[in-house]
Amino acid sequence: MPKTFQRPQALTDKPFHYCPGCTHGIIHRLVAEAVDQLAVRKKTVGVCPVGCAVFAYDYFNCDMIQAAHGRAPAVATGVKRVLPDRVVFTYQGDGDLAAIGTAEIVHAAARGEKITTIFVNNAIYGMTGGQMAPTTLLGQKTTTTPHGRDRETAGSPLRVAEMLSTIDGAVYVSRVSVHSPRHVRLAGRAIKKAFEVQLSGQGFSVVEVLSTCPTNWGLSPREALKWLGENMVPVFPLGEFRTPSAEEAIEC
Amino acid sequence: MLVEILLAGFGGQGVMSTGQLLAYAGMHEGLHVAWIPSYGPEMRGGTANCGVTLSDTEISSPLVTEPQVLIAMNQPSFEKYAGAVVPGGVILYNSALVKETGEYPEVLVVGVDANRMAEEIGNVRVAANVILGAYIGLSGVISVASAVEALKDVLPPHRRKLIPANREALERGAALGAGGGRAVG
Amino acid sequence: MSHLPRVLMKGNEAFGEGAVRAGCRHTFAYPITPQSELAHFLARRLPEIGGVFVQAESEVSAINMVFGAAAAGARVLTSSSSPGISLMQEGISYIAGARLPCVIVNVMRGGPGLGNIAPAQGDYFQAVKGGGHGDYCQIVLAPASVPEIIEMMILAFDLADRYRNPVMVVGDGVLGQMMEPVEIEPGETRTAPAKPWATDGQGDRPAPNIISSLNIVPEDNERFNLDLAVMYAEIRRGEQRCEEYRLDDAELVLVAFGTVARVAKAVVDRARRDGIRAGVIRPITLWPFPEDSVKRAAARADRFLVVEMSLGQMVEDVRLSVEGEKPVHFFGRPGGLVPTVREVCNEVKRITGVMPGAEDVPAATGVDR
Repeated sequence: MPKTFQRPQALTDKPFHYCPGCTHGIIHRLVAEAVDQLAVRKKTVGVCPVGCAVFAYDYFNCDMIQAAHGRAPAVATGVKRVLPDRVVFTYQGDGDLAAIGTAEIVHAAARGEKITTIFVNNAIYGMTGGQMAPTTLLGQKTTTTPHGRDRETAGSPLRVAEMLSTIDGAVYVSRVSVHSPRHVRLAGRAIKKAFEVQLSGQGFSVVEVLSTCPTNWGLSPREALKWLGENMVPVFPLGEFRTPSAEEAIEC
Repeated sequence: MLVEILLAGFGGQGVMSTGQLLAYAGMHEGLHVAWIPSYGPEMRGGTANCGVTLSDTEISSPLVTEPQVLIAMNQPSFEKYAGAVVPGGVILYNSALVKETGEYPEVLVVGVDANRMAEEIGNVRVAANVILGAYIGLSGVISVASAVEALKDVLPPHRRKLIPANREALERGAALGAGGGRAVG
Repeated sequence: MSHLPRVLMKGNEAFGEGAVRAGCRHTFAYPITPQSELAHFLARRLPEIGGVFVQAESEVSAINMVFGAAAAGARVLTSSSSPGISLMQEGISYIAGARLPCVIVNVMRGGPGLGNIAPAQGDYFQAVKGGGHGDYCQIVLAPASVPEIIEMMILAFDLADRYRNPVMVVGDGVLGQMMEPVEIEPGETRTAPAKPWATDGQGDRPAPNIISSLNIVPEDNERFNLDLAVMYAEIRRGEQRCEEYRLDDAELVLVAFGTVARVAKAVVDRARRDGIRAGVIRPITLWPFPEDSVKRAAARADRFLVVEMSLGQMVEDVRLSVEGEKPVHFFGRPGGLVPTVREVCNEVKRITGVMPGAEDVPAATGVDR
């Protein structure tokens, strides 16, 4: 019987350390599948963040670098400028990319660095204990917004995909989600497209992936997926915000 | 032999490149040389100065704090640095823009109407090289020929057409300086 | 005199020229005075020889680009001046923790804070005592002339690769801005050694490479730190460098680095004319500090005078090396001023008692260290 599903080659055999129900594992797999489908594993260099995905170098079966908090796009820039024919990606959470690393992501995009960023947005800090993220929703309770995020004192959620889509060097910008099998499939297509854009040498590509954090949201895995669909998607609409002019739009 | 020369003037008077010219000429004659600018806000339109050290032995400190020679292209430079010149030294100033003030009993003070001579040559911007020429003629510290040769080092390719005017400035200044006093340095 | 043609070169350009001769083809930097000519030089020069200059959005980003380029196996440079170097400290710690080679130039200026753009040496502690977090050391080289800048840059890249460790080359505004003759080399450059550890894509290697400074298990991290300690000890034994000037019969030893060391040499020449037997130890490596040379001098000399463009930082390392055997005096001009030959001479006369009544005159800085 033909095999229709298997662990991608671009993932190691090491079991993920992520909490039960966390969607990091799914997103890792989608990235690895894209690397496999494009047959670039042996020339891929990944850069992992500080945050829950800090150990991503244990899971991706390609050369990996662990970067300082927020600096993955700068590190990736260094790699790519030395080795322009390699495939270079960063994998970053919302604290890493949208708080401490805002300058690095904006300017990597502005320079049109030929790298791909996978931006995992779960609206909360996971590893440090459930604090407010730049993408935390208004009213959402976190350990540093115990009464819910208040616009007056803590501002409003940052829409990263929309923001980056205003930058000319960002050639491909999309937002996807992984809260249903259908969305997982669409997310995989977007991630693959982002890598294809890098391979075509057109510029910077980024996919924002809406993700869950059952542990810090205080929800069961199933409730978390539902919460994402009902609460995050209306604030962070899915879709392609910027595509290379010649490319056909895809559903997200 | 160790000579420390301070060149000072307004930004735009060519003080920095004249200092480099002297350093290059010294280098071509086999001397140890160092050139050091003032920098910072002064670089942007105010007074500018640079120090040049020429020596037949290795230069310890390249900083010119007790100059034997001052080339002062404007009044503020004269007033600021004339008192720093060591006994036995020489001050050459641009008499078109500097009124000699103060007493410098053990220093030879020479006014050179560099602006007028530069205008006669046809380019007021070569005035600093008139005074450098006067210093070279006065001191014999290096040859005029070396200074002329060094114009190629200092002027970028697209400004090489200025070499004849600068050459004339150096040579006329040197002729003036050779009749002007004793050797220094 | 050499037969190679010579040009006058600015110190800041010499940092760049030295990097190019060392085989460095990648530079990431953010503009700051007084080292901008270095960036200007490399922004023009590197693309001519197939290299890359990237103007980063900040020093934070620049040092992390350096991290990436070093991880990819390149000989890589960044340069800045004091405030920018402060911003890089986190990245330098990561680079040391990830065992990556790179070269960082610091053309020091007056501080603290925004301070000014005048020459200073107030970043000595930051450079030699860590700067960033954690138990790490970086090799620190301190050239004192434009030709030596080129020499030290080549050495810096070699040492960085030999030890897989960051190397900082420190200068000051004077050194960066001054021009001295350098020989034009016929374009020959070094090449970096093979780096089988680099994250340059797995290619034919049997397994992927990982570059990380994360050792989450304390026992693992202790082992890593102890391995570092072994390497640091090796560097301390083998890489101390200094210039000794008129030291053989010196009763008074001046210790100074960079621009100030040149002032110190001029002071020694003048002091000897006045009958004071003085000499200079000029540390070329600030870390490892040339303690062996200082210790040897301490056995012979009567006293030391450390001269710095700071409130007194290297003087602590001199005292640690002298181990209380002899008095160690200090003279400094902090905040962006260069000690003059005359004022250091006066200080020499004051502490040696040659100038009558001079013992009562306070040091110009009024700093008691």
